[in-house]
Amino acid sequence: MRRPPLLIAALLLGGCSGEQSALDPAGVHSGAVLNLFGLFFWVCLIAFALVIGFLVIAMLQARRVDAARSERSEHDAIASRLLRGWIVFIIAGLLVLTLGSYFTDRNLALAAPDTGQSNRVPIRIKLTGQQWWWQVEYEDPNASQQIRTANELHLPVGVPVHIRLESIDVIHSFWVPNLAGKQDMIPGRHNDIELLPTRAGHYRSQCAEFCGLQHAHMALDVVIEPMADWLKWRAQSLQPAKAPATAEEKAGYAYFMEHQCSACHSIAGTPAFGTVGPDLTHFASRPSIGAGTVPNTRGHLEAWIADPQGMKEGNHMPYLAVPPDKLHALGAYLRSLS
Amino acid sequence: MCSRSLAGSAVMAMLLLSACQREQRESRGQPLAETAPTFVQLPSVLIAGSQPAPADPRGKLYEGNAYHISEGQRLFEQFNCSGCHAHGGGDIGPPLMDDEWRYGGQSDQIVASIAYGWPNGMPSFADKLTEQQMWQIAAYVRSMSGNVPKDVASSRADELASTPPLTRTPQQPIKGEPGGGLQGVAP
Repeated sequence: MRRPPLLIAALLLGGCSGEQSALDPAGVHSGAVLNLFGLFFWVCLIAFALVIGFLVIAMLQARRVDAARSERSEHDAIASRLLRGWIVFIIAGLLVLTLGSYFTDRNLALAAPDTGQSNRVPIRIKLTGQQWWWQVEYEDPNASQQIRTANELHLPVGVPVHIRLESIDVIHSFWVPNLAGKQDMIPGRHNDIELLPTRAGHYRSQCAEFCGLQHAHMALDVVIEPMADWLKWRAQSLQPAKAPATAEEKAGYAYFMEHQCSACHSIAGTPAFGTVGPDLTHFASRPSIGAGTVPNTRGHLEAWIADPQGMKEGNHMPYLAVPPDKLHALGAYLRSLS
Repeated sequence: MCSRSLAGSAVMAMLLLSACQREQRESRGQPLAETAPTFVQLPSVLIAGSQPAPADPRGKLYEGNAYHISEGQRLFEQFNCSGCHAHGGGDIGPPLMDDEWRYGGQSDQIVASIAYGWPNGMPSFADKLTEQQMWQIAAYVRSMSGNVPKDVASSRADELASTPPLTRTPQQPIKGEPGGGLQGVAP
């Protein structure tokens, strides 16, 4: 009989820790909203406790008053004093909540790099949602400094980020609980969101608008790292793909270029320039396959290529009937693309 | 009384279930490519004096399924078919929504055209698309001329369209000799 409450508590508390939680802020926006949440929580908790307290007192008093009706006027005087106090508390509480919301909102608006208040140049990213993965493009006026990747978002600590959100098919929603609230990605128009990470770590983002069959498997790995590490990642990502070295990798490269793979995927520095599927230039350095569906290991990769519909049914990668030796060669080549 | 209500619910169930087939999602393709017979036959127009081969039964399977047709619609854009054929109305490539077919208007003939290409512009997609994807595109192309059942055709175009939706496209009978447009080859 004692188990269920424990179990429920464990389930509820399970949401508090971890890489996808609004209660564990790693950015200015989520931090401010968590403070506001704390203010609302305590004000409402006090109000709730007072209401319950008054109710309990009233129930206890009712019996005594019945016994001694003569004391009634004295009780009425106490009750009206308490009632006045209660009205003052309501007014003060609502005022605190209103002002808290207002100042949180103003502070966040001022923190946005586009208002001109911030002297830091933001990182500009275009994030395109599609069924069921994310295309990430780091924008730069200089074309040689642009990076295109998929399903991973690398951000440095302490630099504002301006993300332009787009969609090519249906409505998706971008949501990194540890960084900020949700923002929809709507086909045919663009929305913007500002982020300012404050703490390094690995976080998980999840599409927050039902977008079809594999909505649940549309996650984005968010890596927040110190500036030096981020610059290292950026320098690495600006390089074209590694040339195949071993005989097996060369066989995988040849198969990739000559068959359907290169019609949808691009690998910078090779003849593969398809734009339908995720860019694979630095595939091996990504943490996961299939937009956070499985960890990026060679086993998972080869299982994915052998039957793309097995792990994430309905995704747009077709069944390819790759012969087994070519499958291992493809695995070796793709895992070499760090 | 009881038997009548039983019969009634059986009829209702049959009516409801009969709609399931059109939506069935065969994400891996049916049959699997590895168990399928050999790749699509070369069109008979290329073989002098040969009779047209009987239509491949797979054509009917893909044409009767809403999922395959919508996948074909997506691929038609993603592989830039509309770059030449526009959205079926034709541009530097021939239109696909009328009754004229240079190289045959059956699904298997369209698949062969996609796979092998034709002189004067149509490229080969044999190493760019899987066999299932070609069948899906062929089914979508057939829907442009109203040659698929109305309940599986796409009711909404992905682009701005000046034509009625494909569910309301009148059926165009296939006209034109296969190979009639083949240049330099006697039909």
